[in-house]
Amino acid sequence: MNGLTESPLDAGKAVYDFTLPAGDPWLHEIREGQTLRILDLEGNQAADTLFYNARDPADRYSAQDTIREQGSIYLTTGTKLMSTRGNVLLKITADTCGQHDTLGGACACESNMVRYAIEKRYMHACRDVFMRGIQQWRPDWSKRDITHNINFFMNVPVTPDGGLTFADGVSGSGRYVEMRAEMDVIALISNCPQLNNPCNAYNPTPVRLLIWD
Amino acid sequence: MAALDRSLIRFEEIVPPGSNWSHVLKRGTTLRITDTDGGANVAALFYNFELLAERLNLPDTLKCQHIARLTAGNCLYSDMGRILVSITSDSCGWHDPLAGASNEKIVTEQYGLLNYQTARNNWHRDAYNNFLRELGKYGMGERDLAMNVNFFQKVTVDEEGKLVYHVGNSRAGAAVDLRAEMNTLVMLNTCIHPLDSAPVYSPKPVHLTVWTSPPPGSDDFCRNSHPENGRGFILTERYFL
Repeated sequence: MNGLTESPLDAGKAVYDFTLPAGDPWLHEIREGQTLRILDLEGNQAADTLFYNARDPADRYSAQDTIREQGSIYLTTGTKLMSTRGNVLLKITADTCGQHDTLGGACACESNMVRYAIEKRYMHACRDVFMRGIQQWRPDWSKRDITHNINFFMNVPVTPDGGLTFADGVSGSGRYVEMRAEMDVIALISNCPQLNNPCNAYNPTPVRLLIWD
Repeated sequence: MAALDRSLIRFEEIVPPGSNWSHVLKRGTTLRITDTDGGANVAALFYNFELLAERLNLPDTLKCQHIARLTAGNCLYSDMGRILVSITSDSCGWHDPLAGASNEKIVTEQYGLLNYQTARNNWHRDAYNNFLRELGKYGMGERDLAMNVNFFQKVTVDEEGKLVYHVGNSRAGAAVDLRAEMNTLVMLNTCIHPLDSAPVYSPKPVHLTVWTSPPPGSDDFCRNSHPENGRGFILTERYFL
């Protein structure tokens, strides 16, 4: 666990404040210099998040470029969220959770069948959330634009011998992560509905999204 | 790794350093990649040739097998819960799914810019641009990039989460077998690993063998290495019913 960094920003002065229920999508443009806070209202809630260069969404968040550039797999204060073209999309400026995952990807009906049981196909999943979100707000996008995401508040430890697990969350009620846009970006979030593993403590709950100028 | 019966071999090819290769690896065949000189890097992406929107998903691959490295017994999954290729044999032992593709900035900062005009086919190429060149030939492009595998390379994660690059992971003659479980578009290039620390720019060649392999039976090693893979094979086999 890394050091925790609190934010000086006052929620009362945010220019945008929205509570996103579990299982719903959210798409929003964040302009260069604005700060986005994702607040884990009830604790242990995974927020599956993708970012795109707003001027050219073919340039988008890259998990591998992000972890390689910082030399570490966990995201926290100081992390630069890198794009496929090597641009810095956003920088994490505050984090009261301590570490966030970018290797676990999003849950999907199809991967749930592999991971848990074939009959799990019918449970709601992040990929379905993302698909409906882009159909509604970015009909020019398709599944190929739903690439490998960040899981804010999720704990996916990797061991030196190459093991990887989904562990109990390190987040809690009221924890948050904040990031400043280094260019105009589009944020796409699925507030994770997963019920089969501890990423949401088996109880998906809302997240609060705030933006400051 | 055991030598192949010559009668099984469909074709062989040498991919020179820094080069692209792609092929639709048919179900019922296996691709053997051999690191002839030692120290090779093979950056690779995989797509379902019949439905290119279905492609390698490394997060799904890693989480369903509880791994952050690839070796024999592991399967490479698509985003649709199906297996594109499985690793049926591996004399290297560790292949990297974490560090991604080298790009022009990495190669130029470390080794300088060397263009085609100056160096002909010894110019400095990078995995990112090579993927884009090859993707274009299948009607795909930048939006179709995904997290890639780096075969023959090892990057571990320490207790704090830091990446550790291991020099010399692969010795001359190391080989890996990738068995096609679907008709899988394999796209690979022999550009350097993004964490390559060699003092001079030195991508390596690989030898490829496409050979006819038996279908995975009920006692198949990859099928049985994780309960999740048992379900992955069921879903893959249903696709062909």
